[in-house]
Amino acid sequence: MMKKTKIFAAIGGLSVVALAVFLIAADHIDSPTVAGTKVDIADFYAFEGENPNSTVFIATLQGPLEPGQVTQNAVFDKDVLVEFKIDNTGDFKEDLVIQAIRRDSVDKQFMYFFGPSDIDLPDTERDGVPGLTSTVNINDGIGKVEISTTEETFIGESGEIKFFAGPRRDYFYFDFNRFNEIASGAAAPEGFFPPGTASDFFENLNVLAIVVEVPNSLLGEAPDHIGGAVGIDGLPKAYNVWVSTKRKQ
Amino acid sequence: MKTFNIKLVLLAICTSLLFVQCADDDDNGNIIEQDMCSDGLQNGDEEGIDCGGSECVPCEMSVDFTGVFVQEDIMGRPAVNTAFGGSDEVKNSYNIAATSERSDSLTDPMVNFQRIFEETLEGYHDVYGDALGVDLDYETNILGLDATAFAIVLANFDALQVAPNAPTTYFDGTNVLTGRTLGDDVIDISLTLMFGGTSGTRFDGNNGTPQLTSDGVGVGDRDLTLPFPYMEAAISQ
Repeated sequence: MMKKTKIFAAIGGLSVVALAVFLIAADHIDSPTVAGTKVDIADFYAFEGENPNSTVFIATLQGPLEPGQVTQNAVFDKDVLVEFKIDNTGDFKEDLVIQAIRRDSVDKQFMYFFGPSDIDLPDTERDGVPGLTSTVNINDGIGKVEISTTEETFIGESGEIKFFAGPRRDYFYFDFNRFNEIASGAAAPEGFFPPGTASDFFENLNVLAIVVEVPNSLLGEAPDHIGGAVGIDGLPKAYNVWVSTKRKQ
Repeated sequence: MKTFNIKLVLLAICTSLLFVQCADDDDNGNIIEQDMCSDGLQNGDEEGIDCGGSECVPCEMSVDFTGVFVQEDIMGRPAVNTAFGGSDEVKNSYNIAATSERSDSLTDPMVNFQRIFEETLEGYHDVYGDALGVDLDYETNILGLDATAFAIVLANFDALQVAPNAPTTYFDGTNVLTGRTLGDDVIDISLTLMFGGTSGTRFDGNNGTPQLTSDGVGVGDRDLTLPFPYMEAAISQ
């Protein structure tokens, strides 16, 4: 009993109510500051492309979006810089960054892509911490692509790099409602429903997606897999990658 | 005269066909042809991206990329901050911290993400244990990670590990942590790592146990065979 009391005291806000909203999605609406804003990252994927010598990075934002008007009206924020970070030395500090930001012409919206750029430390330090602050790496432009709509898909290509931005179906799947019942204790003792009874909350919802496919030759040599640091041996060399959103000050 | 008019008509038809092709509205994607002043690059004699020089509009009338941008959200592996952050304050702190600084947060020295994540992990077991009327603790998972090691992996190494020379999977039963595909069932994998114990089947719904290692839903009818950009068009209704 001592242990439980201590844990509940330590967790504090982890009440039934807090639990009920804790795992809305992979990262959808994950904190009060960003929830409902255009910096809110919904999900992040990184995988081998159709061409096995390339890596695909996908960030989804502002999810979940209801189909119809909500999705049609959703836009990328021109003050939000989206960055894919690549650590190729194994220290979890970014060595390369790929940037995407929206700019418009008179009648069209475009997503501009930059990189992969070597991290320029003097531009990326805030309070002595590299990586938290950025400027657009305008000397490393990849190209731009018209932002797709619910009706039209546009794909940009520059050399071996491909890039896309626009609304897409959400590929995150999860029985969110049943999870809430589990978190509150209401689903005990059964737990989750079996396949067929369980329901995917995100099945018919959308997100805004940014997709970029890059030849591995532009990402440097991959470091030893971090799994080895915690006793998971034998894993292949792997880049450490993540995505961040940054707002113009 | 007549011949000339026919040529004009043919030219008009050809031109309109070109535009029709450009207005392709299927989901196969269009390859955008870009000329120098609209290709998003600084090339030729341009003085900036798509501006200046002899061909393009003056840069003072062109695209502005100036400014300093500061981090507001971040994500590596799925569900880390949302699942383990616990309080609003911790989640906000996590989102503005650098990945490399989580083990010793300079953003807020009072926030020790590893300790908080470990407590949250145990907290979930306590909440369900309370509902069942038993005392539950986390058990070392199928990757051999005890609660502390699991919390370190989650808090201090929060990135996708993507292997350039191996097939991608978050976990397929054999291979593990070589990236994340659109089809990977990251919820079931995460639940198994949290609640599956050493066997992976500790609370799998069999032998009278609750089902806590799978939420019962898969990728469904989402298409995983599409070419770039790999995701289906938005659901329309």
